[in-house]
Amino acid sequence: MTGPGEERGRAHGDGRYDVPLIVAGPDAEPARRNGHRPAEPHRLEPGPRDPAVPDGPGDVWDRRVATALAFLRRRLSGDYQVDEFGFDPELTEAVFHPLLRRLYRGWFRTEVTGVEHVPAEGAGLVVGNHSGTVALDALVLSAVLHDHHSAHRYLRLLGADLVFRVPVMSEIARKTGATVACHPDAERLLRSGELVGVFPEGFKGVGKRYADRYKLQRFGRGGFVAAALRTGTPIVPVAIVGAEEIYPMLADIKPLARLLKLPYFPVTPTFPWLGPLGLVPLPSKWLIEFCPPVPTAHLTDSADDPLVVFNLADQVRETIQQTLYSLLERRPDPFGP
Amino acid sequence: MTPGGTPGAPGVVVVTGVGRYLGAHVAARLAADPRIERVLGVDPAPPNPEFAGLLGRVERVRIDLGSLGGFLADLDVDAVVHLALVTAPDPQQGGRAAMKEQNVIGTMQLLAACQRAPRLRKLIVRSSTAAYGASFRDPAVFTEETEPREVPRGGFGRDILDIEGYVRGFRRRRPDVVATVLRFAPFIGSTANTTLTRYFAQPIVPTVFGRDPRLQFVHIDDALEVLHRSVVEEHPGTYNVAGPGVLTLSQAIRRAGRVGVPVLEPGLSGAAALARSLGFGRYGLDQVDLFVHGRVVDTTALEREYGFTPRSTAAAFDDFIRAHAGGAVVTRERLEVASQAILDGIRQVRAAVREPR
Repeated sequence: MTGPGEERGRAHGDGRYDVPLIVAGPDAEPARRNGHRPAEPHRLEPGPRDPAVPDGPGDVWDRRVATALAFLRRRLSGDYQVDEFGFDPELTEAVFHPLLRRLYRGWFRTEVTGVEHVPAEGAGLVVGNHSGTVALDALVLSAVLHDHHSAHRYLRLLGADLVFRVPVMSEIARKTGATVACHPDAERLLRSGELVGVFPEGFKGVGKRYADRYKLQRFGRGGFVAAALRTGTPIVPVAIVGAEEIYPMLADIKPLARLLKLPYFPVTPTFPWLGPLGLVPLPSKWLIEFCPPVPTAHLTDSADDPLVVFNLADQVRETIQQTLYSLLERRPDPFGP
Repeated sequence: MTPGGTPGAPGVVVVTGVGRYLGAHVAARLAADPRIERVLGVDPAPPNPEFAGLLGRVERVRIDLGSLGGFLADLDVDAVVHLALVTAPDPQQGGRAAMKEQNVIGTMQLLAACQRAPRLRKLIVRSSTAAYGASFRDPAVFTEETEPREVPRGGFGRDILDIEGYVRGFRRRRPDVVATVLRFAPFIGSTANTTLTRYFAQPIVPTVFGRDPRLQFVHIDDALEVLHRSVVEEHPGTYNVAGPGVLTLSQAIRRAGRVGVPVLEPGLSGAAALARSLGFGRYGLDQVDLFVHGRVVDTTALEREYGFTPRSTAAAFDDFIRAHAGGAVVTRERLEVASQAILDGIRQVRAAVREPR
């Protein structure tokens, strides 16, 4: 008998391990992974062991396969929870966040500061600048917040109704926790203590030319402020630097946009010239800074006062703009390390 | 309160639509309640034989809703429960025209009769969450105050909007009558037989490509409970009646062990129209809209007012699955076997790789 075999025998003997997935002991052979292990003929004989037991303790691949199969089985039998907005946390964590993580860590080399300004519990309204032709900044922000925040909070994004018109995209948006940007949904999320992410510039921000980069657009009617005031939710401004350069929009073919019923039709250095290759975002350097929260609890009665709403929206806008400038000073080269 | 009934509970109750599942069960349930003296079941057609057994203690009246006027006044009716709605056109019974006649004109006539019934003090009208319409700008969760943003494409949704409009008019003209409008989510349960239960009972179910709507159901027994309480208690207003929680369509299909086949939306609308004109299947634009947009309602008003929480959407759906387990294609057991086979396969491959050494 070899070491691991004995170990397992003991494990079964004293009944310590009911679950087959045993973590390797310090004396386990290090090379035993991915099938490249020395032959151990006695393992192949149908013994008293349960067939569900993966071959050996510490076999990383067995464990991964078993976990993946359990995940698939749970998904295929519908054994998961979805909230009333259609948010599927399990799918988001297992599929969407790993993809985004790869993107923002490896490709965009994102640096995050001030994440402690986001409340660890209870409602919060995260307000950011929007840019980049494709609203990748919103997705990256939600993944960054989930990974970097101590409470691993989910950011519930509010999206334009265009997002929910398009098949497939609408369902990905709902499953990752987004919903239509409207007062009832925003207030419902805030009242249930969720962290809501909103980009008040909307298409004016995402669809602006490269020449106008890092110039905040108008903040609409300040609807996000009214929602925060009505629920007494703190507003956390966030500045995102880097998304402007991923798809630098040189021109906007308006007739084509009208024809396709899109808010704009972008022309970038790579799109549409390189076809699908033009969809690859340029590897800019990203900096994300969360600013100190703006409390609103003392203003709950002023939600309908346009002066208060506009002033607060202006304050948030100014904070984001100033933070953008200071972040840009820290990053002289958009495509630097 | 009026003599003949205990305060709250009415003496004479008229239930419309007793020839169908919901009406028959509500009438039977009310007849079994000792607080209620008489239950009159109104339906122009003879009841479906499978419900006839339920209606033993219900006095059946075979008149149509148009000639109800004198009848309500003569019998000193205290409460009217209006359930005679058709949710989908039935080609055998006149199709969409007959459906609209029954839903809209029938309700108009009933409300006209109710307006002239001096002793009437309670009106309960069955409505549907289809009242919220379907639009891409809709909020995710509808409360009772949400106004529909677009008039629904489906016939049933349009009928519901008309019916609720007439009830609003009735409320203005007879403020002394307690009017309750119940917006039910689609019914489901082990015995209910509706368009949606027939849909989920098939082994292969069509879905809309790229859409995974959020659905809510209400268990038919909970719907009966809410209707019963509406009759014996007083709950003026409009209430959403749905099981808390949400199932997405794909999740529901997987839980039921069915196989979903995505179809492009224009194709599905066309197929629905074709199936309807060929006389099989009763799917209409109502169903297509539901499967594109989904529909989730807030039930806190119901829970607060009635002190009753329907069983959750997932639990109601589980009850339906148990009764229809026969048609399942993908079951938990088969998935278990398949994943076991994969694990064993990997083990064997590895053993084979190891063998030559």
